[in-house]
Amino acid sequence: MTILVIAEHDNLTLKPATLHAVTAAVEIGGDIHVLVVGFGAQGAADAAASVIGVSKVLRAESDGYAHLLAEQLAPVIVGLAPGYSHIVATATCAAKNTLPRVAAMLDVAQISDISAIVSVDTFVRPIYAGNALATVASSDFIKVITVRGASFALAAASGGGAVIETVSAGPTPHSSRFVGQEVSPRTRPELTTAKIVVSGGRGMQSGENFHLLDAIADKLGAAVGASRAAVDAGFAPNDYQVGQTGKIIAPELYIAVGISGAIQHLAGMKDSKVIVAINKDEAAPIFQVADYGLIGDLFNVLPELLSELDN
Amino acid sequence: MKAIVAVKRVVDYNVKVRVKSDGTGVDTTNVKMSMNPFDEIALEEAVRLKEKGIVTEIVAVSLGVPQCQETLRSALAMGADRAILVETVAELQPLANAKLLKAIAGRIEPQLFLLGKQAIDDDCNQTGQMLAALLDWPQGTFASKVTLADGRVEVVREIDGGLETVSLSLPAVVTVDLRLNEPRYASLPNIMKAKKKPLDVLTPEALGVDVTPHLKTLKVAEPPKRQGGIKVGSVAELVDKLKNEAKVI
Repeated sequence: MTILVIAEHDNLTLKPATLHAVTAAVEIGGDIHVLVVGFGAQGAADAAASVIGVSKVLRAESDGYAHLLAEQLAPVIVGLAPGYSHIVATATCAAKNTLPRVAAMLDVAQISDISAIVSVDTFVRPIYAGNALATVASSDFIKVITVRGASFALAAASGGGAVIETVSAGPTPHSSRFVGQEVSPRTRPELTTAKIVVSGGRGMQSGENFHLLDAIADKLGAAVGASRAAVDAGFAPNDYQVGQTGKIIAPELYIAVGISGAIQHLAGMKDSKVIVAINKDEAAPIFQVADYGLIGDLFNVLPELLSELDN
Repeated sequence: MKAIVAVKRVVDYNVKVRVKSDGTGVDTTNVKMSMNPFDEIALEEAVRLKEKGIVTEIVAVSLGVPQCQETLRSALAMGADRAILVETVAELQPLANAKLLKAIAGRIEPQLFLLGKQAIDDDCNQTGQMLAALLDWPQGTFASKVTLADGRVEVVREIDGGLETVSLSLPAVVTVDLRLNEPRYASLPNIMKAKKKPLDVLTPEALGVDVTPHLKTLKVAEPPKRQGGIKVGSVAELVDKLKNEAKVI
């Protein structure tokens, strides 16, 4: 049994998402190959070769792969697929975009966002915004899987010694082309891999007030998140959103500030180890999942919290 | 140009679902059902494109049980011109959905397919991508802006860390994200008018599509319950608990 893990990378570096997928692949069991498709992706390929558990890195290079559109990446994976029992990637935007395209080209189902592995063909995945866990068995000859990063630890990024092999790049389809990208500047840890996340909701009242969270996040080395209400109101950028339709995270500590705790938000954070809720509404549903709840006005609580953390 | 919008009937997003005690699934009897929220956004976008004179006809398609007709009537009330139901009581998984939609595309010959990015029941996020693959059309997933011009569609996509813009040649498949638009409410006169709009019923057999599931659900369980927490009286107490009890800071 050989498993193909699809690397997520920016050509120079390997993204942590890849390391969650490798852990899932190790749990499935088998020889693990990592596919790096890109342009000038030597750095990413080297990094993938150092990941413990990986035996081979396949590298496909073409100037057409600079932005990795699904229409370009999918045929490369499909071309390699017959040699593999499983094709695995972490359920990031990129993998969610590409792997269903791969699965349909292979005429197999995709198993989305798995949170546990029962056996080589049986997996657990959350449905209904995480309110139920379905155990599903696949009858397909190749299992195409995306894994929930929050459910699988990071594989060790160094110490491995996989060989790097070049695979031929196919022609690049022209039906789609990359126009541009606008990426939010980031000085804090990535939301999906941060150990601590401080999130704000509608209760923050304005985007300016998010600096109160920023200060606490910086103090704790945390990432900043937001509820959909806060994003919709323009208080925070879209990619801050934690929830069913945003990012699904499971940090050590999640601090929810001015967030009521709608089903869709809980879907994104209820697997956090410790949840703290700060809200002035005693009846807010967030208190039902919070390990520590503090009832109070966030505009009084946050500055006090900041000064308390200083001590 | 013609546009097809795929709409799914799902448990209403406000309903707190219950897992059946025999572990076979989620209890959907006597539960409020409505159009998947992402599909409402897809439909709204199609209607706006029609209002701009870019789209000439909107065909709403739903796949599933006879009650999906209600979802299609809502779609017609929002502005779809006609509707197609592919009726079956069989369990439909994304790959089967994609095959059925491809077969419908063969009959309608649309330039644009609009779908929601995911359904809030199975949370799969697959059908649009699979449909694009089967048709060999380009895909614009997680769209927060859609612009049609010169035989192409430009899609601003929500990606991890920000936004990405891609340009796709038509015909294309676009799946929509939450922030694309604010769907309209159907007015009473439009709801009445929708009753007279055409709604055709087909079957997977008539379309020649095998809908046999590739995945078998063995069990559906409740997620583990979180331990009840405590309320703290002050910020000092909170910080103390986090440091000394939970040991997370």
